[in-house]
Amino acid sequence: MIATLFLKELTLELRKKSVISGLVLYLFSTVFICYLSFSLKQNQITPLVWSALFWVTILFSVINTVAKSFIGEKKGREIYYYSISSPTAILISKMLYNFLLITVLSLTGWLLFIIFLNNPLTDHALFAATLLLAALGFSTSLTLLSALAAKANHSNILMAVLSFPVVISVLLIAIKVTKNCIDGLDRSVSYPELFTLLAINCVVAAASYLLFPYIWRS
Amino acid sequence: MKTWVKILCIALLVYTIVGGFLLEVPRLNIVNESIRALYFHVPMWFGMIALFTVSLVYSILYLNKPAFKRDAFAVEFVHAGIVLNILGLTTGMIWANYTWGSPWHGDPKQNGAAIALLIYLAYFVLRGSIENEDQKARLSAVYNIFAYAAMIPLLFIIPRMTSSMHPGNGGNPGFNSYDLDSRMRLVFYPAVIGWTLLGVWIAILRVRVRFISEKLLNLEHD
Repeated sequence: MIATLFLKELTLELRKKSVISGLVLYLFSTVFICYLSFSLKQNQITPLVWSALFWVTILFSVINTVAKSFIGEKKGREIYYYSISSPTAILISKMLYNFLLITVLSLTGWLLFIIFLNNPLTDHALFAATLLLAALGFSTSLTLLSALAAKANHSNILMAVLSFPVVISVLLIAIKVTKNCIDGLDRSVSYPELFTLLAINCVVAAASYLLFPYIWRS
Repeated sequence: MKTWVKILCIALLVYTIVGGFLLEVPRLNIVNESIRALYFHVPMWFGMIALFTVSLVYSILYLNKPAFKRDAFAVEFVHAGIVLNILGLTTGMIWANYTWGSPWHGDPKQNGAAIALLIYLAYFVLRGSIENEDQKARLSAVYNIFAYAAMIPLLFIIPRMTSSMHPGNGGNPGFNSYDLDSRMRLVFYPAVIGWTLLGVWIAILRVRVRFISEKLLNLEHD
């Protein structure tokens, strides 16, 4: 069931290319604005500024990406899904799909940053691992919040308000590991952080799994 | 609340204020007399965590079996917890102004507390934007549980991983080793109980106000 729902999300997305191209364009414009605002003064982008810009860009694109997963659904279609499958199957398929989407987006963002704002990283494999874990954290926490916000008025504002505080712990750890990647520290220094990130992801995923059935009942 | 609990609360707080300002404290460099902030700053956080935990329990109970009473308890304990959070931040900032040199020092625990404040303010934004009462209670209960799970790493795990200037974090020794000697314990533990009881008292008063206004609303409908 999860696999079917996941494939359905993917097919719908690929069939309706406007959304995904909109997201990529959003990402591109943000990176380009960063580039233009530092224009001609490339040398002022110190590694710390790079990491701050990178994570802010990723955070905003990700919140926009995940927000649409429940807010964008049509009312009638939602009822249909709920009548044919269990709520947890819907949640897990959405989470997996968001995870895939966020990973693709952050990798694209990384590529764009390398092209426009150079690349201060020294340990690429570790940074890729951080990106993956952060993407997992974003998808597990934001999917539930998107379902929550979709039930209220002014969903889009609410989505931003609810999600910033919740994803901040993921973001703080990711920024810390990014700094280690930039400084080229030994990998063993970053392992405790990555494990903490994984642990937070597990807690948040478990909480979402347990709480989601209560949201869709309304 | 039982009357003896109220009396106990007032007695403990009077003792905290009188004893906190007059009893002997250890002489430490830089900190000096400002060490007395411990009796007013730290109990706020103990109280806040206690109130948010009560609210969490009521939210879980609400999801288990919806009832107006449980929702009222969950909301009002968050209200009282937020008050303690703001007081804790303020007392910390006053203390930091004299001891660290500036009110906001970017200490991880300070930032974590500010983010916890944001998390719970967002809880009220969520409640404000849903009209249906049952839906409001259920969705905010879900968010409350989720927010609590997100707050714990922020306050208790991340400060320990980075260099924080709070005791017990970032390699700093905890209270027990030298800061808190037996003389200070005599005031500190009563202070924790006193301030927490005060928070619970305020929350319960607000819950009763909520019950009364609900009753009035029902009478108007009849």
